[in-house]
Amino acid sequence: MTKLAPVAAFAAAALALAACGGGTASTGSPGSGGTSGGGGTANAPFTPPKLDKLAALGTPEGTVNVLAWPGYVEDGTNDPKVDWVTDFEKASGCQVNVKTFGTSDEAVQLMRTGQYDVVSASGDATLRLIAAGDVEPMNTDLITSYKDIFDSLKMKPWNSVNGVAYGIPHGRGANVLMYRTDKVSPAPDSWGAVFDKAGANKGAVTAYDSPIYIADAAVYLMATKPELGITNPYALDATQLAAAADLLKAQKANIGEYWSDYTKVVQAFKAGSTVLGTSWQVIVNLTAAEKAPVAAVLPKEGATGWSDTWMVATKSTRKTCGYKLIDHLVSPKTNAAIAEWFGEAPANKLACQETADKAHCATYHAEDEAYFAKVYYWNTPIPQCLDGRTDVACTDYATWTKTWTEIRNS
Amino acid sequence: MRRRMALLGLLAPPMVWLGVAYLGALAAIFATAFWSTDPFTNQVVRTWSLKNVQGVLGPTYLGIIGRTLLIAVLVTVVCILVAVPFAYFTARVAPSRARPILVALILVPLWASYLVKAYAWRTMLSPGGVLESVLGATPGFGLTAVVLTLTYLWLPYMVLPVYAAFERLPESHLEASADLGAGAGMTFRRVVIPAIVPSVAAGTVFTFSLSLGDYIAVQIVGGKLQVLGTAVYQNTTLDLPFAAALGTVSVLVMIGYLAAVSRTGALENL
Repeated sequence: MTKLAPVAAFAAAALALAACGGGTASTGSPGSGGTSGGGGTANAPFTPPKLDKLAALGTPEGTVNVLAWPGYVEDGTNDPKVDWVTDFEKASGCQVNVKTFGTSDEAVQLMRTGQYDVVSASGDATLRLIAAGDVEPMNTDLITSYKDIFDSLKMKPWNSVNGVAYGIPHGRGANVLMYRTDKVSPAPDSWGAVFDKAGANKGAVTAYDSPIYIADAAVYLMATKPELGITNPYALDATQLAAAADLLKAQKANIGEYWSDYTKVVQAFKAGSTVLGTSWQVIVNLTAAEKAPVAAVLPKEGATGWSDTWMVATKSTRKTCGYKLIDHLVSPKTNAAIAEWFGEAPANKLACQETADKAHCATYHAEDEAYFAKVYYWNTPIPQCLDGRTDVACTDYATWTKTWTEIRNS
Repeated sequence: MRRRMALLGLLAPPMVWLGVAYLGALAAIFATAFWSTDPFTNQVVRTWSLKNVQGVLGPTYLGIIGRTLLIAVLVTVVCILVAVPFAYFTARVAPSRARPILVALILVPLWASYLVKAYAWRTMLSPGGVLESVLGATPGFGLTAVVLTLTYLWLPYMVLPVYAAFERLPESHLEASADLGAGAGMTFRRVVIPAIVPSVAAGTVFTFSLSLGDYIAVQIVGGKLQVLGTAVYQNTTLDLPFAAALGTVSVLVMIGYLAAVSRTGALENL
C-alpha cells in the first residue's frame, strides 16, 4: 500500500533522467533491428551489455534492499508466524528491507531507480532487465543450494542468455480463477466465466491490470477459436492480437474493478464487490483466512503463470548480502515455506520434504512437466515470434502496452 | 553591503529549492514528453519526437481529459453548494460560543490520513456497506463514488476561505443594505455574494486542482474508471515519456484555470 505522490514521483523520475547524462546508453538496441544474436533457440534477439559476474563473496555489507512479489520475502509484519527473514538477519548480519510490487512493469521501473540490490523477476521482466544492463550475470557457484534446484528450471530462455545464467530459479505456478462459492454457481471450470459468460456476474468481475493480461485472453482463444492459430499466447501477430483485444473490450463491460494491488483484491473478494476473476493462490489463501467463502480452480483451457528468478542488480553495492539472501531464499526450508505461503511449486527439490503439508509438491505439480506444459509462463513478447513462425512479424510489448491502454480507456 | 549579503544568504536556499527542485523538475517533465521508449526494454530513448503529443490529442485521451474535467467541476460545484450555507451558518448565525467547535468539526477530518478516509468510503460504498444498509442502495464504485469521496476529502479547503469571508463581512454593510430598503434576497445578491466570490474562487483553486490530479482515491473507489491521474500513473511504469506528456496536460489546464481565477482577485484570498 505504498503510493507515491504523483508530483514527487515525477520529480524524482525526471530529475534522475536529467541528472544521469548519457549514463544508460543502450547497447545493441534490442528488438529494433534484425540483428539476431541468438543461436538455435528463440532466445536473445539482442546482445546484452558485457558485464562480469561476482567472483567471490566479500564481507556482508549490513543491509540488502529487496524488490519482491508480495509473499516472497515475509519478515513477520503481515503475520508474526510467517517470518523467514529475522533468523537470516541474525545469522548473516544483513538487514533486509523489502519493497513489494504489483506488476512486472512496476518491478522493471523500480529496479531502474538503482535503489534495489536483488529482485524476484518473472519472465516478462527478466529479459528487459538483462538487455538494459540493469542486472548482471549470476555466479551460480556461490549459491550453495543451486545444485538442488530442479534441472528443468535451470538455464531457461527467461533466466539465461547465450549460455550465461542471470539468476536463480525461485519457484513457479499458475494464475488461477478465483470465485466466491456463495455467489457464483455452478462452480466455474473455464475462463469463459470471465469472458463469454461474464455477463452472469456483471459489475463483479475482476481482471489483472497489466498489458501481460492480454496473454490470458490469448490462452482462452487458443481453446475456443483454434482457427486463429495461436500456439503461444506471447507470440501474437496483428490479427491474433486484435482478436484478443476485442475479447478484452467485451469483457470490460462486465468488469467491476481491475487489480494489481493484492491487498485491494483481497478486500474486494471479502466484501463481495468482486466475485470472480483471475488471481494468485496466495490471494485465495489470504481471503479464505479472513473467513470469506472463496475457492480457486485451474480452468480447463490451461492458464498463464510464472517461473520466477532472483537476480542481482548491476549497480548494487551490497552484492554479498544479496547473494546470501538469495541462497537463503532458495534453501530447502525457506523455499518450502515460501512455496506453501504463496501457493506455488518450489524450485528446490529438497524443499518437497520440508513442507508442512507433505502433499504440497504433488498438489502444485512441482515435478510434473506435463502439467507445466499447459501453464504459459509470463514472457516478454518480441517482434521475432516466440512460437518459431518466421512468415509473420509478431507484436512486441510496446504494441501490447498501447493495446492495453486502449482497452482500459475504451 | 553586508545587509545585502545577509538577504542573499536568506533567500538563496528557498530560491534554489523553487528553481531547481520545483521548476527544474517541471521543465524535465516537459522535455521528457518529447522523448520515446525502447520497445523492448521500456528504457527512455532520447530521440526527439512529437508522437506523445499526438497520442495525448487522440480521441481516447481527450475523452479521459474531458471526464477528469467533469469530475473536477462536479466536485467543485458540490463543495460550493455545501460550503456556502455551512460557512454562513457558522460565521453569522451560530452563537459565538459554538463557532470554534463548528470550525474544529470541519478541520477534524484533515487530521486523519487521506488513505484511511478513502478506504472508509470504499467500505461504505461496498455491497452490504453503510450506504446500502441505511439508505437501501449504493452507487457502487465509479464516477458517483469518486465525486462523493473527493467532495468529502476537499470540503474543508472550501469551507475555510468562505468562512473567513463571511466573518470579515462587516455587519454595517448588511445594515446599510436593509436601511436602504433591500430585502434579504436583494442583500444576499448585491452585498453578500460580491463579498464572498473571491473567497469561493480561492476555494475552487484547491478543490479543482486537487480533483484534477487525484489518482489514489480514484483507484480505491473508482472501479474501472480512468482519469488523467490514473492514466499518468499507469504510464509511469509502461511509457514514461507518454506519462510526462499526459502530466503536462494537467499543468496546462491549471495554468489556464489560475489565470482565469486571478482575474477575480481570488489569489489574494488564498
